[in-house]
Amino acid sequence: MKQEFLEKTLKTDYKYGFFTDIESEKAPKGLNEDIIKLISLKKNEPSWMLLYRLKAYEHFKTLKEPSWQYVKYDKIDYQNIHYYSAPKKNSLTSLDQIDKKILDTYEKLGIPLNEQKKLANVAVDAVFDSVSVATTYKEKLIKQGIIFCSMSEALQKYPDLVKKYLGSAVSYKDNFFACLNACVFTDGSFVFIPENVKCPMDLSTYFRINEANTGQFERTLIIASKNSKVSYLEGCTAPKRDENQLHAAVVELIALENSEIKYSTVQNWYPGDENGKGGIYNFVTKRGKCLGDFSKISWTQVETGSSITWKYPSCFLIGDNSVGEFYSIAITNNFQQADTGSKMLHLGKNTKSTIISKGISLNNGKNTYRGLVDIFPKAEKSRNFTQCDSLLIGDKSEANTIPNIITKNDSSIVEHEATTSKISEDQLYFAMQRGLSNEDAISMIVNGFCKKVLSQLPLEFAVEAQKLLSISLENSVG
Amino acid sequence: MLEIKNLKVKVKNNDIIKGIDIFLKKGEIHVIMGPNGSGKSTLSNVITGKNGYEIEGSISYKNEDLLKKSIDERAVLGIYQAFQYPIEIPGVNSLNFIKQSLNAIRKRKNQKPLDSIEFKNLIKEKQLELGIDDSFLKRDINVGFSGGEKKKFDILHMSILNPELIILDEIDSGLDIDALKSVAEGINKIKNGKTILIITHYQRLLNYIKPDIVHIMKDGKIVLTGGREIVNILEKEGYKSFEKTTL
Repeated sequence: MKQEFLEKTLKTDYKYGFFTDIESEKAPKGLNEDIIKLISLKKNEPSWMLLYRLKAYEHFKTLKEPSWQYVKYDKIDYQNIHYYSAPKKNSLTSLDQIDKKILDTYEKLGIPLNEQKKLANVAVDAVFDSVSVATTYKEKLIKQGIIFCSMSEALQKYPDLVKKYLGSAVSYKDNFFACLNACVFTDGSFVFIPENVKCPMDLSTYFRINEANTGQFERTLIIASKNSKVSYLEGCTAPKRDENQLHAAVVELIALENSEIKYSTVQNWYPGDENGKGGIYNFVTKRGKCLGDFSKISWTQVETGSSITWKYPSCFLIGDNSVGEFYSIAITNNFQQADTGSKMLHLGKNTKSTIISKGISLNNGKNTYRGLVDIFPKAEKSRNFTQCDSLLIGDKSEANTIPNIITKNDSSIVEHEATTSKISEDQLYFAMQRGLSNEDAISMIVNGFCKKVLSQLPLEFAVEAQKLLSISLENSVG
Repeated sequence: MLEIKNLKVKVKNNDIIKGIDIFLKKGEIHVIMGPNGSGKSTLSNVITGKNGYEIEGSISYKNEDLLKKSIDERAVLGIYQAFQYPIEIPGVNSLNFIKQSLNAIRKRKNQKPLDSIEFKNLIKEKQLELGIDDSFLKRDINVGFSGGEKKKFDILHMSILNPELIILDEIDSGLDIDALKSVAEGINKIKNGKTILIITHYQRLLNYIKPDIVHIMKDGKIVLTGGREIVNILEKEGYKSFEKTTL
């Protein structure tokens, strides 16, 4: 591949870069006790929730932003962010009361919310800036005892459930960004699957950042009771802006005995322009607890957006025979930076974990896999398989692999494989000699590289992810 | 069909091809023979448009200036190169690749892409014709293929794309006699009326595919052009016998 081909910059427009002009209600900029109280008041929260937030804030004041990750960015001014922004006309009960512009926004994003058009087989919770604006199929699901609603609604209707599990997988002491989230989180999704129920459709949350200078701090909590099963999808987009915006979300998964949670993300936040200006700072904490024996949590992520991605979806394998999986594709183009990977903590006996990570860097993109597998003394006969592969396109891209695997007993087995490869000139030449355009050839080779992960995604999502991959690659390499 | 005029090719300032002229008429089979390092493979890569060469002179194909076209544009024009070492592409299904390649070419010729059923029928028909079973088609492109399977895959692909100019770039290397024979038979089945340029070091492939015109290439030049009888001389006396003619 010739260098001049590679140096052509990404010309494809970010399709979701529009801004919806609606009246919104914003809290003043800045982070302090009053803002936290205001958020809690706005949401009419139970008092224990406010106390939790304030305790987190006390702890937050003692924390420093982490600096160990392999990404560079301008210092974030945490006092220059609106921590609350909500569309003025908003109702949790009826679609009619939602601003039509918001409905149009979601329709434009391919997520129609109204009754006639809503997606078949996927229930959607739509989060717009700080609040959930609509949740489809809610009534149908509740008939089976499945709760799928916004976190705000859950705090009103099911406070005991929320109180029992919130913060149990991601404590506010987990890290700086998780702590910030605990102080100011505004909405997110709440899912509860009762015993012996297999959720009949995929559940999904679609996150949209709209307002300027706001951060999005959503919190998602999914609880799978004994013998239950659920597949959950998360998608996200944001308008194009020159300023960077902060997204610091927390996701907690709780899997009880013999239950299974599959959590898939297609992350397509605005990545910034080809010179690295703008884009979302995506600092996300995702942890799953396999509490029960024979429980399973599976994380699949396709990270194509954001100027910075910092996330390490993790599993605490507490129950005996529990299983944790992490499948990841992270693609960094232009000046995008990703530092991502997984933590698998083996505490129960016979626990199994799999990590498959595929990093693709092109142009000046920087991609780091960072992982920890820790098998505790009591976790006898446990197994881990880790495979991290990096694909470099062009001479300026960068890939790093930082695996950390610790085994504290003799009966466990760990395997680790890592490869770094460049798309070879011969592969491209071969595919093009058979009639494929340069773009299609690269896209085909990259898709082949990612196949193991793509095959883990729910079908509709996999198609979406494949399209997204080719968009991310378009025009970028000649 | 293909006219190569005064072609000179450099790689990193080294002269590899030092001015050659070759004319292929439609339906002719030409062979370029020569020792290692004579510039044979460079010639085939230059015809198909591989990057990394400094080129002087001209190559025209059906009266179009080929040197101005990209690799894939040349493929769309009906030029197919079979490689000495078939390339592996992990994670990409072999059969899908043939389909994607065929439809990419059809689309650019403003033909309707084949749907899955039409494609399946076409591939079945070609497999039957060539006697190729389909076990390797389920695997990733050339990954874990035996030498013979790689060549069969290539010939199947070739027959599906139905090109007008076929360049066989040392496809005989590394094949045992049986594999060589079956590859040659495959080519003979699909060659009818096609223009073929064979590049080879050995004459053994020519026992099965009979060329119309033979060129001997040495040190970047064509040192002799003639009929089939040259192959026999070469067989007996080796490339050494052609040294005098370079003067």
